[in-house]
Amino acid sequence: MKTTSAPADTTAAGAWEELVTAALLGTDRRTPAGCPPGPKAPAALLDTAAVQTVRRRAGLRPAAAAPRPEPAPPDPRPPLPAAAARRLATLLSDRPGTTGGRRGTAPDLMELLPQWLQAANARGYAAPPHLLPALLDAARGRTDLRPAALEFAGPRALWLARLNPDWRFALRAVPGGGASLPDPDDADRIRRLWQEGLFAERVALLAALRARRPAAARELLGTTWATERAEDRLMFLDTLRTGLGPDDEPFLEQALADRSRTVRATAAELLSALPGSALAARMAARAAACVALDRTRETPTLVVEAPHECDAGMERDGVVPKAPAGRGERSWWFGQLVEAAPLATWSARLGGLAPREIVALPVADDWQGELHAAWCRAAVRQRDAVWARALLGEPAAPEAGGPGAVSLAERARLLGTLDAAERADWVAGFIAAHGLSEAFQLLGVCAVPWTASLGRAVVDALNIARDAGSYPWSFSGVMGLAERCLDPAQARRLDALLAVPDESEDAAPGAGGYWAEAFQRLVTTLRLRAAMLEELGPPPAG
Amino acid sequence: MTDQGVRWTADQVLALAPDDASRKAGGRLAAAGPWSETGSSGEGAVWGRCKGSGSRPYQTVVDLAGAGGPAYRCSCPSRKFPCKHALGLLLLWAGGEAAVPEGSPPEWAGQWLAGRRRRAEEKRTEAAAGAPSRPGDAEAARRRAERRAERITAGATELEQRLADLLRGGLAAAEQAGYGLWEETAARMVDAQAPGLAARVRELGAVAVSGPGWPARLLEECALLHLLDQGWLRRERLPEGLAATVRSRVGLPASPDGPPVRDRWLVLAQYDTVDPKLTTRRIWLHGTASGRTALLLSYGAAGRAPELALPVGLAVDAEVTPYPGAGQPRAALGERFAPPAPSDARPPGVTTAQAAARYGRALRDDPWLDTVPVTLDRVVPVPDGDSWQLADADGATALPLAPAARSRPGLWRLVALSGGHPVTVFGECGHRGFHPLTAWPEGSGEAVALC
Repeated sequence: MKTTSAPADTTAAGAWEELVTAALLGTDRRTPAGCPPGPKAPAALLDTAAVQTVRRRAGLRPAAAAPRPEPAPPDPRPPLPAAAARRLATLLSDRPGTTGGRRGTAPDLMELLPQWLQAANARGYAAPPHLLPALLDAARGRTDLRPAALEFAGPRALWLARLNPDWRFALRAVPGGGASLPDPDDADRIRRLWQEGLFAERVALLAALRARRPAAARELLGTTWATERAEDRLMFLDTLRTGLGPDDEPFLEQALADRSRTVRATAAELLSALPGSALAARMAARAAACVALDRTRETPTLVVEAPHECDAGMERDGVVPKAPAGRGERSWWFGQLVEAAPLATWSARLGGLAPREIVALPVADDWQGELHAAWCRAAVRQRDAVWARALLGEPAAPEAGGPGAVSLAERARLLGTLDAAERADWVAGFIAAHGLSEAFQLLGVCAVPWTASLGRAVVDALNIARDAGSYPWSFSGVMGLAERCLDPAQARRLDALLAVPDESEDAAPGAGGYWAEAFQRLVTTLRLRAAMLEELGPPPAG
Repeated sequence: MTDQGVRWTADQVLALAPDDASRKAGGRLAAAGPWSETGSSGEGAVWGRCKGSGSRPYQTVVDLAGAGGPAYRCSCPSRKFPCKHALGLLLLWAGGEAAVPEGSPPEWAGQWLAGRRRRAEEKRTEAAAGAPSRPGDAEAARRRAERRAERITAGATELEQRLADLLRGGLAAAEQAGYGLWEETAARMVDAQAPGLAARVRELGAVAVSGPGWPARLLEECALLHLLDQGWLRRERLPEGLAATVRSRVGLPASPDGPPVRDRWLVLAQYDTVDPKLTTRRIWLHGTASGRTALLLSYGAAGRAPELALPVGLAVDAEVTPYPGAGQPRAALGERFAPPAPSDARPPGVTTAQAAARYGRALRDDPWLDTVPVTLDRVVPVPDGDSWQLADADGATALPLAPAARSRPGLWRLVALSGGHPVTVFGECGHRGFHPLTAWPEGSGEAVALC
């Protein structure tokens, strides 16, 4: 009623107000004009009010329109195929916590949403407008979904986010609320945005430029470097990690003299990733001085003599002088030197031995852990696959499964330097030899979908775990990964595992049924993923 | 040209689900994995076997062409209708030929389908023959109706007295008396067998605590209740159409008696209102040839979904029979001549000014009417302070959204669908504002349910 305009007749409006007042006070106290006082007054009041009510309602007219918002900008992307749009609606309606309790054989649809979004984005589809509210709500609850969800949601989602405070995050996530970055050739606009933009916009600009024109980005940064605040310098310096090359050395050398310690450390780290840099050569000389091959022993052995002091030169080159609590100073300095030294130093220093032979050398006086850990960090930093392979060793080797010199986390990082196929093969070999209990972190670095050999290894290991009589929820992490990462084409291989097996004596009670259920969920999820991708159509070429 | 082979969309299938949990469970079963021996016939039957956790697969059959709405049979132990297997099967069928090919039903499905067809045929013959009613029955029914009318008259008289007392003492005093007063009066009306009056009295209790502006709203509702009492007490002197409206507003049961209208009825909206004892489902239909609008009501007891389900965007070739009463949109669904099939028809729309005028005109036949069904053409949702309105794209006027519609997720679906551009919106338009139920995007595109 409030905003629907009442009849313009002001005398009628006044009469109605009078009726309401009389009704509120009671006819014993007041009778409106036209109603006889006395016992008949209430009925007369109600009669008049009924006429007025119907009259007022019948006379309603629309209100004046409020100012209209600017329409949402067009989304030029093609619309989703109908089946894929329905699939998205189903995925979005499966919010965690709504079903509760055990999952049973039902797939976890919410976990498939990231994959779905990635596939839809790769094919360049526009989001169906009526699903945007559900999509924004999902992204609001899960920050990890936001980049892909907002890319898919497109310009209309930002338009909506300006109207609903619940979705403000969408405006923050996109620098400039969706303003596009200037063309890399448009030097004027770049310079202006760099001079005048907000911090987030400037970081986005620098990162985008660096990805396409590394030198131009470095020069742009150089124009204002001296006047930037220390925290900003650190963030800007970090963007140089992309496309790092020998040309960056002079700039980074100069940053080694920076006022801020963290900026110096980052510059040193970047320089040490350039094997040809002067800093790398200085570190190589320092590290090489600490390690020697003692051929006088029965088997040639590496002997470590850690540095006795952290001099000014080392500090300038990024060595942190103060060891964390619980670590000896000398081993702390030694680790940093080896980490920053180019790995090629060692073959030269140790008589032309290959990395694999060097790693196999015994190390005197318990220095092996320290030395190998530093080599691992160096291999990751310098992305040296040959050294990574040597340090990883054979996946089936007994020490690979146990707490050897190289921890699981380090292994996962080393695997990251290998190409996808080699990585998958190594993890497959590891699982075949050591089972699944340690494999979760390693599986996490493998490319999705898993290769045939890796998938086979995981399924076989799950099968063995089942036959061993343990409960499936001991492997729920791997099961969840398998649901998301196994190639859907492998679903057929799982058919044999779906039946409830006869219970053996040493098995945990009821485990067979739970395993069958877990495998059913795995197969259902894989089929769902296959259907999902099929609905989206073929992936773009290249 | 027949629609029988046309498959529904997944949304339309999911609208059949009795609750959210089955919707999700059905969605998960909509992959080819667990299914075998699936098929569908041109007559609206779908069947398949679904492998569950047990050793024997469940046998699921759905008959979409049933006269009383889709019928389901499944060998699973679930008591929900439809169960998740039936939903999963229909979703699979909606997916296309690849998963559920056309064919003729196997033995286990065919028996049940044939049984249903035979029973429906028998019923029709029976109805055509007409059940001979004994004169004694009619006499007894007349006496019962008379007794009930006397009770309602007594109730209406008592209610008039109570309203007069209320107005004499003032509404301000009644506000302090609280809910108890209204509950007690409502119980008296239930005793008087006037459920319509009882519901209105209970509503008064809610209006009295509805925030700023309550005295005017309470007076309006009291006055309309008084009008209804007076209408009942003088029903003999009213024109027949208005008298029928009064009878149905008071709460007397009626049966559809108008001449049946056959049309292709487009489903405009389906939504439920739930209270602890009863779920009421409203389905709005638009006759694509006649241009008529019809309302189907169905009920489910205590948390169960009403049986009749017609998803938005389908059209069904059927007869509907109107209920008595002037200006009443309510009708009963009669015989269906084909299973419901997707349709891209849209109802013709009007401007906001025409919609307001339509509500005003409808009050002539039924002054107690809260809303009328209206399709607005080319309107844009526009924020207006902390509320929203639907503004004419080509004019300067707008209808405010009803307060109840402002906090629904459907509002944001509508805003997102529009994106600031004109859309077509079907909803209920009345003195509280406009309540959007379904929207169509500009140009072409499927209907989006907002409720």
